[in-house]
Amino acid sequence: MEPQDLAGSRRNLRFLFWLLPAALLLLAIPAEAAEAAAKTGATAWWVWPLALFVVCFFLGMIAVPAGVGGGVLFVPIVGSFFPFHLDFVRGAGLLVAMASALAAGPSLLKNGMANLRLAMPLALAASISSIGGAKMGLALPANVVQIALGVTILGIAALMISAKKSEFPHVARPDPLSQALGIHGMFHDAISGKNIPWQVHRTPAGLVLFLIIGFLGGLFGVGAGWANVPGLNLLMGVPLKVAAGTSSMILAMASSSATWYYLDNGAILPIIAVPSVIGMMIGARIGAHLLTVLKASIIRNMVIGILLFAGIRTLLKGLGIWI
Amino acid sequence: MDLGENMESERQNPPEQQPYASVLHWSTLAGFIALIITFVAYMLGWLPSYVPLEQLPHLWSLSTAEYLKATGTPIGWSWLFAMGKGDFASLLGIAILAGSSIACIAAIIPIYAKSRNTTYIVICLLEIAVLLVSASGIFSTH
Repeated sequence: MEPQDLAGSRRNLRFLFWLLPAALLLLAIPAEAAEAAAKTGATAWWVWPLALFVVCFFLGMIAVPAGVGGGVLFVPIVGSFFPFHLDFVRGAGLLVAMASALAAGPSLLKNGMANLRLAMPLALAASISSIGGAKMGLALPANVVQIALGVTILGIAALMISAKKSEFPHVARPDPLSQALGIHGMFHDAISGKNIPWQVHRTPAGLVLFLIIGFLGGLFGVGAGWANVPGLNLLMGVPLKVAAGTSSMILAMASSSATWYYLDNGAILPIIAVPSVIGMMIGARIGAHLLTVLKASIIRNMVIGILLFAGIRTLLKGLGIWI
Repeated sequence: MDLGENMESERQNPPEQQPYASVLHWSTLAGFIALIITFVAYMLGWLPSYVPLEQLPHLWSLSTAEYLKATGTPIGWSWLFAMGKGDFASLLGIAILAGSSIACIAAIIPIYAKSRNTTYIVICLLEIAVLLVSASGIFSTH
């Protein structure tokens, strides 16, 4: 490693050392302040949606550069630090994930970063199973869902630490199902200035994987960008940028079916869901600009730290150890 | 544009993507506008709320089943007929956002029909059916 690289790494580490606790503090302060005020009986009802808006604004800011959907941060953090029942938090989490994916959709489709022929069959599998996940999530006792969520969040953090990525995976031969469905395409890579053709393999395995991902998304209300992208990229051989864009389209459709289920069953409270969506959307816009000033890897490490913290907190809350 | 360029352009951006993106843009915009207007009306008290706002901190820690029982909140599509209440009116934007995928998929079926792509017509119809069944409340727990 060159001396200047080493110095740069040390600077990044120092920066991360201060940024991580600062971010955790910023995320926890509004909720803790509102909770403390509630204990003294001085809290007005509007403090909570305001605190939710502030927290979601910061979550949105870090979710985009870290390459994760807002839902995966929203559910464990709001479920751990706010007084809302997990049913309502999951309902709002699904809405947050769906709204972010819908908002990003048009530009991703127009510039070829998302592909509908790839998204539609996988979204169909995920939509069906997400209803099953949502149904099970509302039927199970809250502490059981909380424990399972804590374990899943820790698993996601482990996946983020260990998962490899392949910018342009090599697919020697497309599988017969992807050929029959006409799943292939081409995207313009602005960095190299070239048009990159792509095709996919292991489509049947991909369909099974997206059945599982859809179920988990509906069960926990966390969205599923964290699983969609590795599934498309590493399993099916989709180029990373197309995988990220197509993941949004799948997420939008699969989250819609689970959102309807939560809406039908009265599990979406506007006072929780709407400030979350608006805060997350505004934060995400600023987060996109953050990418130009901060290294994505730093924010990604920070998000892993937050996920580990929130996962442990969620698990301990579910086990009744840290209420 | 010759045939080769045409095929390359279609491979980069298949013909169904543009109409899907347009419907998605407008439906999402409509959803967000409805979401913000109705929520502001709810928060500022321009629309009365079914469950008083000051009571919510005592209720939102209950499970969905307990909350519905304690407040007598109607479920399913009943909210559509109680739009005069701020808490129900705020669900309109959420429903538009959740329904936007149905509109987008419906918009691209004619394009697949034109190219006689039966497989994707079936996939689109199945996806719409799944979303409609989910929205209908058939699988509702109550």
